[in-house]
Amino acid sequence: MTKKAFRPDVDAPEYKGAYVPYDIIKEGAIAVLVVVILTAALALVFSSPDEKAITLKTWSNADAVDFARTAGDELSGTSGVAGYGAPYNNGGTAQHWGFLAPAKWMGVHIPINTATDFVLDPLQSQPAQPALTAAINQWKMASSSTVTAWTDAYTKAEPNMTYTNGQVKIPSSGTGPMPVLINYLTQMARTGALDQALVTQNGFYTTNYTKPLLFLSDGSYLASLGAAQHLGGDQWGMMNETGQYPGQAWLWLYTFWYQIPPYNASASGDFLVWGTMMILTALMVLLPFIPGLRSIPRRLKIYRIIWREHYAAQD
Amino acid sequence: MSNAQIERQWTSRLRRSVVDKLPPDKLLPDTQPAYVASWIYVFGVTTMAALAVVIATGCILAIDGPQWWHSSSLGHFINSMHLWSVEIFFFAMVVHLWGKFSMAAWRGGRSLTWVTGAVTFLASILAGFTGYVSQTNFDSQWISTQAKDGINSTGGGAFFNVLNLGQMLMWHIVLLPIAAVVLTGLHVIMVRVKGVVPPFEDKAEVSA
Repeated sequence: MTKKAFRPDVDAPEYKGAYVPYDIIKEGAIAVLVVVILTAALALVFSSPDEKAITLKTWSNADAVDFARTAGDELSGTSGVAGYGAPYNNGGTAQHWGFLAPAKWMGVHIPINTATDFVLDPLQSQPAQPALTAAINQWKMASSSTVTAWTDAYTKAEPNMTYTNGQVKIPSSGTGPMPVLINYLTQMARTGALDQALVTQNGFYTTNYTKPLLFLSDGSYLASLGAAQHLGGDQWGMMNETGQYPGQAWLWLYTFWYQIPPYNASASGDFLVWGTMMILTALMVLLPFIPGLRSIPRRLKIYRIIWREHYAAQD
Repeated sequence: MSNAQIERQWTSRLRRSVVDKLPPDKLLPDTQPAYVASWIYVFGVTTMAALAVVIATGCILAIDGPQWWHSSSLGHFINSMHLWSVEIFFFAMVVHLWGKFSMAAWRGGRSLTWVTGAVTFLASILAGFTGYVSQTNFDSQWISTQAKDGINSTGGGAFFNVLNLGQMLMWHIVLLPIAAVVLTGLHVIMVRVKGVVPPFEDKAEVSA
């Protein structure tokens, strides 16, 4: 039999020392009991957060102008979602690093046309009204250059938009049917009908809230509520939750990258963060096989504290 | 059928292999090496105990459906237990992980034990995340709309749509718990087969 050199970071010596009694079942039972008691105590004392979900109805009633501006952006194709790119549409440049652009490679899998899905289809689901029907037909029949002219004029006038006497008003001409469409959509949202229309586009039964959530994420109302709860991306938001709760504290490293350059200054910041985390995760999983890294514990010597009784007995 | 034929059966071979590698006294030991004498060892079993409470409270929440806890004080309490058992689970798991790192617990043919533990940690993070986006409240709205950009940037958003409540809930209550339990089971079996890693010794040799 040949002998090979002992590799202290790979091999373990054969233990020839003493054994002591160990009741594994009793240990497990005590652990469960302690965790149950601790969990129940924490639940009784601290409870858990349950901030009610917002809706397009609550948004449009709380800030009709913000809703109407966002709806205008959805109709004109200038919103965040309209220019998002994959997996929703081809509206923008997908996040990438050099030639690495996996989102673009995967393509559009959840097709979203903001004008059709968020504005026109919901409006058409409503009982026919002559003014609304005419506005929808005018929009659909218009050439792309005419639509561009309307949306340009509408976008310029948006800062002066008001909501008075139950109507969205925008002081502008040359905006075509857009004021009518957005006013109807705002009225629809304020009654709650838009919430229903967005989730039932695929039929009676649904558990998919992609469309209303994307619509909500385009406005500033959701962002303002999140910021007020200290949940912004620059507030370590992804790992937090509403109220004074620990949230997903285990995501601290993932959230950390969003706070520093170049991640927080790059248009592809999300992709850079995920790329970094994938590399770090691979290093963690494959640690036993990576020379140098697997030597760190032996050099840190923290094990001397863990096994201090063993080493004391040897000395 | 002869004894030789019986011995060649798949069932016989599997039983022999299992009993050889994991005899009852290894599966349920009544002694352990004297060096296993530190509080750090408590965090492995604490992680498993917390996982049991997470699953039990999750099962109770499942009985009346995902919206129950919003309207019932009992449901809210069970949800709180679910939340805090998850917090204890991750706390214990992270301490366990750092403890095992400090011991270089992959030594002596225990690399796969480390790998299954690390992958269990990743599966648990995904399980926790899908739980957060399945709460059907403001937190789930906020977290899902924020998280979509990261997942979409990797191309994963094409198949893993964090805004799809049904998909997230199914992952949270079916696929990821199965993954976490199976991985934890494999991890524990490997620990029992190989035993707890011995302390570092500076002067030793192994047979090749």
